[in-house]
Amino acid sequence: MQLPPALHARLAGAPGPAEPLPVERDPAARTAPFRFAPRPVRFPREHDFFEEGDVQRHLYLQDVLTQVGGAPERPRVPEFTCQVAGCCQVFDALEDYEHHYHTLHRNVCSFCKRAFPSGHLLDTHILEWHDSLFQILAERQDMYQCLVEGCTEKFRTSRDRKEHLVMRHLYPADFRFDKPRKSRGPVMPGAAEQVLAEAPGDDGVPSEGDAMEVCSEHVEPPPAPTGERRAYSHREMNSCPSAALAQLPRIWPERYHLPSVLVKVPHEDLKGPRREISTSNGGSSAALWRCCWAFPPRRGGPRTLARAALHVAGL
Amino acid sequence: MWSRQRGRLKPLCCGVEELRCRRREREAALRKARREQQLVSKRLLRDEALEEAEEGCVAVIFGEAEIQQFLRLAQRGTEEKEREGALVSLRRGLQHPETQQTFIRLEGSIRTLVGLLTSNQALLQLEAARCLHELSHSEQSAVVEACLPATSYLLTYLSGHSSDFIELCLYTLGNLIVESEAVRRQLLPQGIVPALAACIQSPHLTVLEALGYALSQLLQAKEAPEKIIPSVLGSTLPQHMLQLLQPGPKLNLGVAVEFAWCLHYIICSQVNNALLITQGALSTLGLLLLDLAGAVQRTEDAGLELLACPVLRCLSNLLTEAAAEAVGGQLQLRDERVVAALFILLQFLLQKQPSLLPEGLWLLNNLTANSPSFCTSLLSLDLIEPLLHLLSVSNVVSVLVLTVLCNVAEKGPAYCQRLWPGPLLSSLLDTLAFSDTEVVGQSLELLQLLFLYQPGAAQAFLQQSGLQALQRHEEVAQLQDRVHALQQTALHG
Repeated sequence: MQLPPALHARLAGAPGPAEPLPVERDPAARTAPFRFAPRPVRFPREHDFFEEGDVQRHLYLQDVLTQVGGAPERPRVPEFTCQVAGCCQVFDALEDYEHHYHTLHRNVCSFCKRAFPSGHLLDTHILEWHDSLFQILAERQDMYQCLVEGCTEKFRTSRDRKEHLVMRHLYPADFRFDKPRKSRGPVMPGAAEQVLAEAPGDDGVPSEGDAMEVCSEHVEPPPAPTGERRAYSHREMNSCPSAALAQLPRIWPERYHLPSVLVKVPHEDLKGPRREISTSNGGSSAALWRCCWAFPPRRGGPRTLARAALHVAGL
Repeated sequence: MWSRQRGRLKPLCCGVEELRCRRREREAALRKARREQQLVSKRLLRDEALEEAEEGCVAVIFGEAEIQQFLRLAQRGTEEKEREGALVSLRRGLQHPETQQTFIRLEGSIRTLVGLLTSNQALLQLEAARCLHELSHSEQSAVVEACLPATSYLLTYLSGHSSDFIELCLYTLGNLIVESEAVRRQLLPQGIVPALAACIQSPHLTVLEALGYALSQLLQAKEAPEKIIPSVLGSTLPQHMLQLLQPGPKLNLGVAVEFAWCLHYIICSQVNNALLITQGALSTLGLLLLDLAGAVQRTEDAGLELLACPVLRCLSNLLTEAAAEAVGGQLQLRDERVVAALFILLQFLLQKQPSLLPEGLWLLNNLTANSPSFCTSLLSLDLIEPLLHLLSVSNVVSVLVLTVLCNVAEKGPAYCQRLWPGPLLSSLLDTLAFSDTEVVGQSLELLQLLFLYQPGAAQAFLQQSGLQALQRHEEVAQLQDRVHALQQTALHG
């Protein structure tokens, strides 16, 4: 099939319709027995006309074996440690670190250290667990938002919400990201500990800590004054990865930068007795934890809250 | 721009001939499935690098005891590497259908797997997700439906940030979706459409391709026109899809293919195509067609026909909408370059995939039917002869070519003049020799138009033994009347 050479030039040329030749129809054209009339044709979903293309499409779906991870090989790098304070997980592949980081450090409540799979769930958690204003409002109006994205229903109690999730959205009754708070009032450090102690799964499946709960050993959510709370409870603080990840062209867009992670620590905790809390590392010692600190906490009285800026170091 | 992550095919363990034979068999099976409206295909995501590291294929079938041991180790092992290793072994075992069956029948197995999927151990999570993915790919309904307890979590994870993990969840969901209406009846209330609408904003190409796949499976469902497409159209998904189909440096072939198919399933269901037109579907797809034509001239064998097919279909169907005419300016499709692009694609399809020629010609018909402008383009760009060249391909193609020519001829003398003289007459005499009634019938229609609008046409026809060509069809019921009418016109004017 030879195409006129000017055609390619036309394709590259200016947009616009052709100036049409004059149309002049003779009524004799459509008289019987002739029946041609120009008409655009429409084919519905299941029409046989689509058979060929559909078969080709499905051959493609069946044929393609794509790779998890995208890059042709997983680049192995010299072993490195997760730089987030308190986490000493070791990696030799950046993709593994990416998943670890996002799972455990990205959407972390800085009050109680629970990690959530998404910012949406984290925000809901903070609101319902750590916001005393929420509790006050909840006594008078429906404040418990449905967890399903796109559903705007709100409920009086978390139990009502759970029922809605189960009945309307067919969620499992033991959905792991909808644990009701056990204690009244905003969760304080002691309470957090209490919930963790109840951790083993309600279904008899023992798991390390409760689902999506990660507790870094060293940091205890401090009894922060109300005004400051908001500044710390935001996931944005943890939303940027380390410089190592910034080198991965595939994953990180340019706007990521080195974060500054502010952690409030009660001074006395540095020497306090260790709590029995399991972590993703399967337990680490105080010494190991201490060596993750880049700077020592600021001096002050024993009751002073020490504040340390920890810059996540590049690798 | 047109670079595509070339999926690596399974290593060949058989000859080329055997491969071709298998492909023919699979094609035949797919054709049969389509005729029965049971066309279902799943996508399997397996990490080749991982597999190679794990040395060889799985020959072993695991029994209950072994599976239980792996699960126990994964849950309660003390060493992290040990736990991971147990899940990896389980996952490899689950490539085998028998092991899959044993697994799902084992009490608590899915529960444990879901527990691991939602655990706080990132790498265990990933392995558990891979196990689920293997199960989702099974051909046995029972195995696939055993994955249902995990769906709320898979959907929740779509709003996370780990691109590998999200990709895996999406392919798993896509496989589950296509399995049965029962699965979809659970996924829809669980909020799959809003979850996908949020996830489509991801910058990761791998995630987008996976999302497109999952969505295309959802849209292909039998009940989609009533139960799924309305909510998809009501979400932000169409706008994002169109954005992802815009030509430019960011266009990725793998992603574009998936979303073009998504659009096709939506459009051919005819739920609310006017909405898509107001969102710029015609102009976006038109520009994409131009881009495709440019690309086929440059690249060899990049799988471009996989994208061409749905784009041609979308454009063709959209052109039948009243809104296509009513909508103004930029949103309409009037650009002459579209015709140029279409012919370049027709040439490409003729070489690469002739079975898709009808789809291209269908678009040409819809472009030219009611448009004097596009008909003029065919003439002024000298495209009649290339069009005639296609007459030898197949009956379906011939009918379409003749129909397009009729579209041009019926616009009157100014048009017929430009069709004449030239190869048209001899091509028509050839088609009159066909045995296919449709082809001959369309030839007769075209002849009538030529006789009417072009002085000298009838004469030339007679001189080239046209009457004899007509004679052989005198007894055919569908053609008789027209044959006689033409004979009269030719002889008596």
